[in-house]
Amino acid sequence: MWLQCVLVAVWGSPDYLRLFKESEVMDLILTPEEEKFRDEVRAFVAENITEDIRKKTMTGFRLDKEDHESWQKKLYEKGWMAPGWPVEYGGTGWSPMQKHIFEEECAAGGAPPVIAFGVTMVAPVIMAFGSDKQKEYYLPRILKSEDWWCQGYSEPGSGSDLASLRTKAVLKGDHYIVNGQKTWTSLAQHANLMFCLVRTSDEGKRQEGISFLLVDMNQPGVTVQPIKTIDGSTEVNNVFLEDVKVPVENRVGEENKGWTYAKYLLGHERTSIAAVGRSKAQIKRLKTIASAEEHNGKALIHDQAFREKIADIEIDLLALESLVLRVLSDESAGKGPGPEASFLKIKGTEVQQGITELLIEAIGNYAHPFIPESMDKGWNEEPIGPEYASSIAPHYFNWRKASIYGGSNEIQKNIIAKAVLGF
Amino acid sequence: MSFTFTEDQKLLSESADRFVLDDYNFETRRKIIGQDGGFDRDNWKKFAELGWLALPIAEEYGGLGGSTVDTAVLLESFGRGLVVEPYQSCIVLGAELLQFAGNVEQKSQYLPSIAEGKTLLSFAHIEPTSRFNLCHIRTRAIKQGDCFIIDGEKAIVHNAETADYFILSARTEGDTNDEEGITLFLVPSSSSGIKMRSYPTIDGLRASEICFNSVKVDQQQVLGELNKAAEYIQKVVDRACVLLCAEAAGAMDTAVKLTVDYIKNREQFGQAIGSFQVLQHRAVEMLGAKDFSRALTYRAAGAIDQSNASERTRAVSAAKVEMGRSGKLIGQEGIQLHGGMGMTDDMPIGHFFKRLTMIDAIFGNVDFHKKRFAQII
Repeated sequence: MWLQCVLVAVWGSPDYLRLFKESEVMDLILTPEEEKFRDEVRAFVAENITEDIRKKTMTGFRLDKEDHESWQKKLYEKGWMAPGWPVEYGGTGWSPMQKHIFEEECAAGGAPPVIAFGVTMVAPVIMAFGSDKQKEYYLPRILKSEDWWCQGYSEPGSGSDLASLRTKAVLKGDHYIVNGQKTWTSLAQHANLMFCLVRTSDEGKRQEGISFLLVDMNQPGVTVQPIKTIDGSTEVNNVFLEDVKVPVENRVGEENKGWTYAKYLLGHERTSIAAVGRSKAQIKRLKTIASAEEHNGKALIHDQAFREKIADIEIDLLALESLVLRVLSDESAGKGPGPEASFLKIKGTEVQQGITELLIEAIGNYAHPFIPESMDKGWNEEPIGPEYASSIAPHYFNWRKASIYGGSNEIQKNIIAKAVLGF
Repeated sequence: MSFTFTEDQKLLSESADRFVLDDYNFETRRKIIGQDGGFDRDNWKKFAELGWLALPIAEEYGGLGGSTVDTAVLLESFGRGLVVEPYQSCIVLGAELLQFAGNVEQKSQYLPSIAEGKTLLSFAHIEPTSRFNLCHIRTRAIKQGDCFIIDGEKAIVHNAETADYFILSARTEGDTNDEEGITLFLVPSSSSGIKMRSYPTIDGLRASEICFNSVKVDQQQVLGELNKAAEYIQKVVDRACVLLCAEAAGAMDTAVKLTVDYIKNREQFGQAIGSFQVLQHRAVEMLGAKDFSRALTYRAAGAIDQSNASERTRAVSAAKVEMGRSGKLIGQEGIQLHGGMGMTDDMPIGHFFKRLTMIDAIFGNVDFHKKRFAQII
């Protein structure tokens, strides 16, 4: 009910309310305990997400560092920061369904996505391969969001062919001296730490000369340069590393074994990349907008062709959710997700992109105006056209990145072809 | 119906391609977009000197009397370089509406000056709630003595801030969605009571939201018959759709070339990524999409000057649907095949993608034109 109240406050449209009820079909059958859990999460999100942050998350307006951190700190205080971690490190011990409900409720309530680089990317690697000292130092800091991590993988010459990376680390005494360039580094402007793949050997197979280092970003020789993308935003960066000193104790695991660790990372906690909860929340938003948009006095949501397009995406999303739940069950039974997890990335990003396409269709002529500043903090001029329209076209263009990043969807298909089908 | 260019069309195409190649590279375009008003007035002068502004204007008004195919040839070349000068606003919509609806005095007064590049027009028609319905007009014009008093709001008016005159649609009779009761006015942009909010569009053009607050317009400024403008508007917008498709054909051509070039040169796994068949096939799909869309566009351009209303509707809507689908495929795949580089503002491909997407989102998208086509099956 709180959600309805909020949405009425946002849209002020009784027509919307009726529609919301239509789309409130649950699809998931929950036990009474699960329902109770869902209500608890829902209430927690409602209490801890401000209207401002909720709006930014839902519309794709820019969330700043504090927006993420304040939410993550609340999660920490509640003990919910790392549902995927083993309990001894601070995990929740939730069932697969609980994890899923949690993600879904956070997304529905407009909570910013938890920044994955620390809690779901580098942390599992540290747990599995890090030294005791690394575990003791970094893991609690990740739980408390005391560090902002970024990922130093891609290089200008090494994208899909990541193993060709050339950023070099040479051991001198008790330090590595690192030189090279990383690129597409998301949110590096906020980061104080980077987990980084570097070349420590040119001998043998390329994959066997890579090490996994934890790099302090706040030191001489590290330069972060923003890259402007087609939607006008600057969330990715080039990171230049020039004679950067990394203490040898900041290497995770053994020298030249970094590729194995990176692969482990890719096979871990893959369900969040499917972003089922986020996509559900965006489909709700799409329906809201399609109810507000009228053509010849009829709401777009009542246009049969448009409804069928929404249905296509919802069906894909249900299939995706079903596979996610299977993978979560396997995970809690101790089975790794395996290469099929690549399907979660492919279908997840296809669904997300499909929704952005329908959103841009839904707003008709108001896809055209482009005021990048309107997505920044402190913008308080009147929107051009309906308020919901302004971020939609930039978001559509921005989200083309989803089928490219994290291993492009073509690379994901290569993985499945090789590892599952045996080609 | 001819499927090859005439000698004149070949010459036009060559000279316009030459202009884009020599004077309109990506960096130049970026600078032009940053200028006041969002286009280069020297280019506009050049277009006038080359006879490009006069192309579709009748000979008796200082024009060249070109066909829709002639203009399509020019716009295809413009599309190759994403030319931002207001040719669509001023010539394809503005001059054509004036030519089609205006009387002899009005045409003699304005058309020669438009052909010479001295007068700029902009079509103030779309409204905040109209989506793609051309007859959804709430703006009202009320007769008062020898004048009309106009009140209302117009949306996404391209090149409004640089226009000398608006061609404004307003309701002189009937209800919001009625076909009957719409009238066109030629309104000086300096008229009092006009409030404009201008902004960039995501594809590098300029547009405005305009409020008309008791704007007084002399009845001499009515274009064409009172209450009958829907027909003029539909006809001119149909032609504009085909010419947008022509521009898109040029944009698709460049987008495909940029992508093929990129994958031939980008090396990963020790070879050009273009050596992988999976990417070759996708590049082939892109090329095919461009070829089909372009072919259908020229067919529609050839048919539009001669057909009856239903034939015209089918030809135009088919071309716009095909363009929308092809543009989306080519834009999205162009980015995907460029990988991360395709996402950067520094690479041209994203700018082609954005323009192609926005051409779909004006005067009716794929869904709209598919429905329109389906009504005449």
